[in-house]
Amino acid sequence: MEEIVQSFFNREIAEAALPIVLAGLLNTILLSLLVVPLGLLGGLLLALFAQSRNPVVRWPLMAWVDFFRAFPPLVLLVLLFAGLPFAGVELGGFTCVAIAFFLNTGAYYGEILRAGIESIPRGQVEAARSTGLSGVQSMTYIVLPQAVRNVLPDLLSNTLEVVKLTSLGSVVAVPELLYQARQAQSVTYNATPIVMAAVIYFLILWPVVRLLSRLENRALAGRA
Amino acid sequence: MSGWERFTDAFFNAKVMEKYLPDILAGMVLTIELAIAVVISGLLAGLLLALVRSLGIRPLNWLIIFVVDLFRSLPPLVVIVLIYFGLPSAGFSPSAFVSTWLSLALVLMAFAEEIFWAGIVSTPKGQWEAARSTGLSFVQTLLHVILPQALRLTIAPLTNRTIAITKGTALGTVVALHEILGMASSAMSNSYNPSPLMMGAAAYLVLFLPVVVAARWVETRFSWKR
Repeated sequence: MEEIVQSFFNREIAEAALPIVLAGLLNTILLSLLVVPLGLLGGLLLALFAQSRNPVVRWPLMAWVDFFRAFPPLVLLVLLFAGLPFAGVELGGFTCVAIAFFLNTGAYYGEILRAGIESIPRGQVEAARSTGLSGVQSMTYIVLPQAVRNVLPDLLSNTLEVVKLTSLGSVVAVPELLYQARQAQSVTYNATPIVMAAVIYFLILWPVVRLLSRLENRALAGRA
Repeated sequence: MSGWERFTDAFFNAKVMEKYLPDILAGMVLTIELAIAVVISGLLAGLLLALVRSLGIRPLNWLIIFVVDLFRSLPPLVVIVLIYFGLPSAGFSPSAFVSTWLSLALVLMAFAEEIFWAGIVSTPKGQWEAARSTGLSFVQTLLHVILPQALRLTIAPLTNRTIAITKGTALGTVVALHEILGMASSAMSNSYNPSPLMMGAAAYLVLFLPVVVAARWVETRFSWKR
């Protein structure tokens, strides 16, 4: 017991590692604030283009989305970080994470938003257009607000996954929460900093998980 | 050498590809083994937890909810690192394979429990009462009345989640597991050529693209009717 406390909940080490781990937390938050809007933007573009009835537009989009749903984000990240330099393109870890997330989470957000847009009856667009709104206006003011509300649980759930995914940044030396904790761990030879990182992730994301669990139960119950 | 030749020589170098093909194939075998282990154990554990939860034993349910919430909020990579680098300090040193399998199975278990549970809860109470009043036992009601309906409802969300978590097998690289990405990365640094990485990327597509396309079909087939 004593040994477990010493190696997982060591107070001295926790105090020493706290500033390092908190600096990582700050970077995780900043990284999330960058990649979530980026992914949403990519997803929105995909969803809007997917509304096209032209198969020349639709099929490549579907292939694009399926490609990134099948491709592990870590492989994408390593490809950008370790593969591209051979083509003479050297991007920093941070840029690689941003690009990989834009591509990967954009595909997921895109699928969600597409389902949202398709849940709005066509009659609404027709009604909006007949009142004199332009196509862009009816999308912006009529369809999108309702679409987003319909898929809000899914959007939130994907955002949770994106925030968790920022931990991949540690593989390409982006000093986010997990990376900092692992640095502290390798210096101290003690697992306490990693436990700290896990506790921080849990404390921050738990409320979101609780909320999601409620929303999901309600959604599924409503459809039975 | 033209620019294009230089490019293909770097990224699609036939000699390097031939040399490291067996490595990548071995990585694929390991990835498949890991993926199957994760999917089976994760889904079974999730279903088991959901069934236990339906018994309605309060303290037990709180524990289940806590465990599920825990593994839904922790990034899988954090769980892997914690198990692989942390547990040895507690006198238990799991291999890279066991660490990755255990972590991903726990994460899948958490998500699967939540989805199975939502499916069970969504079955109207009247069905329980009707089934019990015909003389079926609790277990019989669960197995023959509730689960068949609940499972159907859970197929679409479960498929998507399972794919997303199974792709996480690539995370094993971080703890030096020799799955596809691990093999490709070490082949790349040995040959100082990115061709193995391109092969690795192709290997992932070969494995997961059919699954994603199948999932799309499943999604429309079993989608929630609005």
